[in-house]
Amino acid sequence: MDIVNKTAIELLELLEKGEITSWEIASAYLKRIESSDAKINAFVHLDPEQVLKKIKTLPEGKLKGLPIAIKDNLCVKNQLTTCASKILNGFRPPYDATVIEKLEQAGALVLGKVNMDEFAFGSSCETSCYGPTHNPWNTECAPGGSSGGSAASVAAQFTPWALGSDTGGSIRQPASLCGVVGLKPTYGRVSRYGLIAFASSLDQIGPLTHDVRDAALLLNIIAGYDKKDSTSVNIETPDYLANLNENIKGLKIGLPKEYFDVDSNPEVKQSIQQVIEILKSLGAQFKEISLPHTEYAVATYYIIAPSEASSNLARFDGVQYGLRTDNKLDKESPLIDMYLKTRGEGFGPEAKRRVILGTYALSSGYYDAYYLKALKVRTKISQDFKDAFKNVDCIITPTSPTGAFKLGERINDPLAMYLSDIFTISANLAGIPALSIPCGLTAEKLPIGLQVLGKSFDEQTLFNVAYAYQQNTDWHKKKAEI
Amino acid sequence: MALDKIQVKYVAKLSRIELAEDNLDNFTSQLDKILNYMEKLNQLDTSEASASIHVLELKNVFRKDENKTSLPNEEALQNAPKKETGQFEVPKII
Amino acid sequence: MQYETVIGLEVHVQMDTQSKAFCGCSTLFGQPANTQTCPVCLGLPGVLPVLNEKFLQYAIKVALALNCKVSNYLKFDRKHYYYPDLPKNYQISQYDMPLAEHGYLEIETENSTAKKIRVLRAHMEEDAGKLIHTSQSSLVDYNRTGMCLLEIVTEPDISSAHEAYDYLTRLKSILEYLEVSDCDMEKGSLRCDANISLRPVGETKLGVKTELKNMNSFKGVRDALEYEVIRQEKALNAGELIVQETRLWDENKQKTFTMRTKEEAHDYRYFPEPDLPPFTIEDKTIETVRKELPELPAVKKERLVSEYKITEYDANVISADKYIALYFEEAAKEYKSPKTIANWLMGDIMNYIHNNQLESKKLAEILPVKYLIEMLELIDNNTISGKIAKKILPDMFTSGNTATQIITEKNLVQISDTSQIETIVDEVIQEHASVAEDFRNGTDKALMFLVGQVMKKTRGKANPQIVNDILRKKLGTT
Repeated sequence: MDIVNKTAIELLELLEKGEITSWEIASAYLKRIESSDAKINAFVHLDPEQVLKKIKTLPEGKLKGLPIAIKDNLCVKNQLTTCASKILNGFRPPYDATVIEKLEQAGALVLGKVNMDEFAFGSSCETSCYGPTHNPWNTECAPGGSSGGSAASVAAQFTPWALGSDTGGSIRQPASLCGVVGLKPTYGRVSRYGLIAFASSLDQIGPLTHDVRDAALLLNIIAGYDKKDSTSVNIETPDYLANLNENIKGLKIGLPKEYFDVDSNPEVKQSIQQVIEILKSLGAQFKEISLPHTEYAVATYYIIAPSEASSNLARFDGVQYGLRTDNKLDKESPLIDMYLKTRGEGFGPEAKRRVILGTYALSSGYYDAYYLKALKVRTKISQDFKDAFKNVDCIITPTSPTGAFKLGERINDPLAMYLSDIFTISANLAGIPALSIPCGLTAEKLPIGLQVLGKSFDEQTLFNVAYAYQQNTDWHKKKAEI
Repeated sequence: MALDKIQVKYVAKLSRIELAEDNLDNFTSQLDKILNYMEKLNQLDTSEASASIHVLELKNVFRKDENKTSLPNEEALQNAPKKETGQFEVPKII
Repeated sequence: MQYETVIGLEVHVQMDTQSKAFCGCSTLFGQPANTQTCPVCLGLPGVLPVLNEKFLQYAIKVALALNCKVSNYLKFDRKHYYYPDLPKNYQISQYDMPLAEHGYLEIETENSTAKKIRVLRAHMEEDAGKLIHTSQSSLVDYNRTGMCLLEIVTEPDISSAHEAYDYLTRLKSILEYLEVSDCDMEKGSLRCDANISLRPVGETKLGVKTELKNMNSFKGVRDALEYEVIRQEKALNAGELIVQETRLWDENKQKTFTMRTKEEAHDYRYFPEPDLPPFTIEDKTIETVRKELPELPAVKKERLVSEYKITEYDANVISADKYIALYFEEAAKEYKSPKTIANWLMGDIMNYIHNNQLESKKLAEILPVKYLIEMLELIDNNTISGKIAKKILPDMFTSGNTATQIITEKNLVQISDTSQIETIVDEVIQEHASVAEDFRNGTDKALMFLVGQVMKKTRGKANPQIVNDILRKKLGTT
């Protein structure tokens, strides 16, 4: 039986019927990783022996020992958690992130930690201290980022599903570039406790899966109020899977002209057009809408996110954990020198850039001009969506203006890299949910992604639209050949 | 020019990050380019807008004044680069 | 040139909650290092704060007791600086919208006039850890990290070290009345920094100020300020400029000295804490808390004077401590002379408490009010003398017995039986005939000796007044 090409729900059904064991499933994935991850570099911390041992001690739960890959910025108790950064070298948190606790209570098996851009700073998985992850569709290309390892591990069939995090598109963009499904839930839907913070007001944890049903199931497990997270919302989690409804007749879908005016790759544009036709045939109604402040989103994001990041990363100083410089310290002020050298050695160039940018934006004399200003523009961007959702139920856009770009292509031009987030960033600023699903392949056989944006806490509509689409197409079934 | 080398050095110090001298020019020009792009925001009139500090309308989130088990000393110190008598050790502060 | 002193005080008070500000760790003092920490207060990667509701409740009480305007909208901000005792290298504090502003505390100046010291603001923040320095390195203990702190800042209204001391003692009194802190400078649950400058008398512009730190007691604050006044005056009179700096108080050397490290102007890069949604405090909540405040020291003092006719001085001393004041009232209601109660409380009783490090809170338990009153009544009816009462008081504390029980057991009942006394007086006159003769011849103080001898023979139990009368009668000088 080919195990690794199945979806999570298919595997659960087999487990339920007793036709397969969780040991067999884990072994199959581990074998595949062993033979093929050298060219992908998705996994950064993997202990096959421990994984197989763990199966015996897992609690009974609906996930029946099914493996899952975890992005390396999520704390797993006593396991290496490094955010792909030298500065967290050797760090083993003494606690589990809430989502990990929930997964383990449901009987899931943490397979291993997957690669990411350092501290989630990036859109290509090239800033990792473990080297880049390669796109399974074309190993010369980037998988996208920052959840590049999560997306690639699913696309390469190293795991049935994975968790990633999304601050400006970090789940959706790699999902799009790797031809998998990726969801950024509404801000506050999933607890952030145990997610090593990048930008506190933007971060969310979310699923990367083969299809929408798997994403709905995984969201069921990880969503919900957490009293350890003051920003998690105390409302009931619907059963997204049970409520999946492919009937989208009469659903009003908005097409924001500012997104379609952007100079996307023509194949991407064409692909989205085909999606629109299919959804129309299923009864959806399309409306052109305007999100007038779209052009300011990238600038707004790249002030707010680095500012919050500079604050969240202040704690990495070599005092309690991680790297502490080995170099000789200045005799006059050894402590300050320890900070300077540890952080100088421990942070990669993009991390340094963002921390310095953020510190600058928050510094005395610049706070009003940058951070405060950005917060005000953010209000306007949020309002654009609130206004749009008075007239439509959800919004469709491409996820990325292009397919996967070559590794090395954009890394030396940070601004160009930032601009590749143009379609995904606004959802984080407004806190709304956003889903990316595969909807085509370029001539070079690189995946194209469709993004669906919805009202706060209305993940169900996103799932329904995607489900309807997936019931009538098979882009999500296409696999990368590695 | 939004940002020059001297400012970058100052902000790096404020961020407690030692920057390599030979990379400073490149770094400065990258940052400068990014900040210039941010000037875009000044095209927008935000005098009437309120600042979105939070994206949710949440308020008044509390916990009860109750004790929870603390970490045992060994676990609190399990990642310490340097420790001594149950405490974290750092270079001497004069 | 005459200078006047301008002082502002910054007091940090640790709130006596069960758990810390943002996590459930215990707040017990003096525990082994790093045994009261968790991922949250250690600031480990990935953790998030959740506000302790008691912290806010206590903070509002204090703000109202200091006559402040409590804000209806509360937010927290991050204050950034790098130091090993601050795990996240930022402190969750409040910057531009503190919990409370524009209050005051009334003190008494050296001239016994009332004076309002304006409280500029009171805000909530988390505490940092503790650093100890060895010869080789510095060590960090994070037990204290994350504890609930209220920072109370005055306007520069304080004009002398004496006033500063008075402010601190009255503030401590109020905090103890509210039962929100144990206000112990030695344990660090109350800390004080001072800002001081001088200016020519009549000048309105403020002079250059120095910040004083490292005072470990109220006395230390007063001494440090007194020293600084002299130091600054000397400098100014010599034509020198005062440097704006931080100076540390050296308790042993009794002087302030400049901190060696070069001062970098702090850029704290304040911004609103994104991990904590805002809090709203409704006016009716504020009013409920205000109504539930206990009667505060200043009001109690006035009432004790008017109701019980004790002196301002006595009322001041008694009202300084909530439990002493409660005890006083309970006793004064049951006894004819509040003044007597006051004297006993301010003297022997409070001395005993302080010498034995007892909590005044426990006073009513270990010396029930009715026991005290019974003792006083024994004096009133001459069963024992005041001197004997003083002697048995410690016994009453330790044994928990009544005065009657103790004097019976120890056979201390005052001897008032005149015939018994007469017998002993006769003995004494016989044994000390020459002294008796001296008294007969006019040396008055010889009588004191003879009285003393009678007291000695009766082991202090004779009623001294009766002894006096009988001696005079027998020596023919009544």
